Amino acid sequence: MKANATLDTLGLYCPMPIVKTGQKIKDLKMGEVLEVISDDEGIKEDMPAWCRQTGNEFLGIEESEEEYRVYVKRLK
Amino acid sequence: MTEKITIIVFSGDLDKALAAFNLAIGAAAMEMKVTMFFTFWGLNVMRKDKKVSRARGMMRKMLNLVNRGGAKRLPLSRLNMGGLGGSMMKKLMKDSKIPPLEEMIRMAHEMGVEFIACTTSMGMMGILREDLIPEVARLAGVATYLGEAGEGRINLFI
Repeated sequence: MKANATLDTLGLYCPMPIVKTGQKIKDLKMGEVLEVISDDEGIKEDMPAWCRQTGNEFLGIEESEEEYRVYVKRLK
Repeated sequence: MTEKITIIVFSGDLDKALAAFNLAIGAAAMEMKVTMFFTFWGLNVMRKDKKVSRARGMMRKMLNLVNRGGAKRLPLSRLNMGGLGGSMMKKLMKDSKIPPLEEMIRMAHEMGVEFIACTTSMGMMGILREDLIPEVARLAGVATYLGEAGEGRINLFI
């Protein structure tokens, strides 16, 4: 999936990935997509929950051997 | 309407304090309004490292001698082994890139989490305001807590 910016949170455990997502997404323009890279399995559930709570759109997740790439669209 | 969450921190253990701050920081990251009430042993989490207090009364002085508090000095709730367990846990945290408790307190404060200290426990244990870190916003009692909790859908006791 294409993204306007990437946030690398490899090695960081919850809640740091969503804390940093919240901070980083403010740098994006409305409608832009942020790619968050994480190796914390919790991100699969945490990111959709974060999106629901903050009003941003959860676009999807790409899983590979070592990492998860999550895509979030800024709506707020 | 912003989601509100209150957390009572009754425990003065490192592991429980970490859980409380993890929740607080996560909630703040989800744009919830977070209020943390520190009572009883939980006051130790909010105490300064240096001993400042001039507590009145023999028993309080004795208590403050063995119960020094401060985020860096908290024991584990289990397997503390005289402090060895605590040191080992801190090492594990460092290896896992988990921020130490002092750092999480600072982060939570920066993210707008409000810290409130319980006046009753403070009075009983001889802990004065100047013994607490400056980030403590208010001193209050049960009525304040219940008022806040009444507006929140998530209320936790740690």
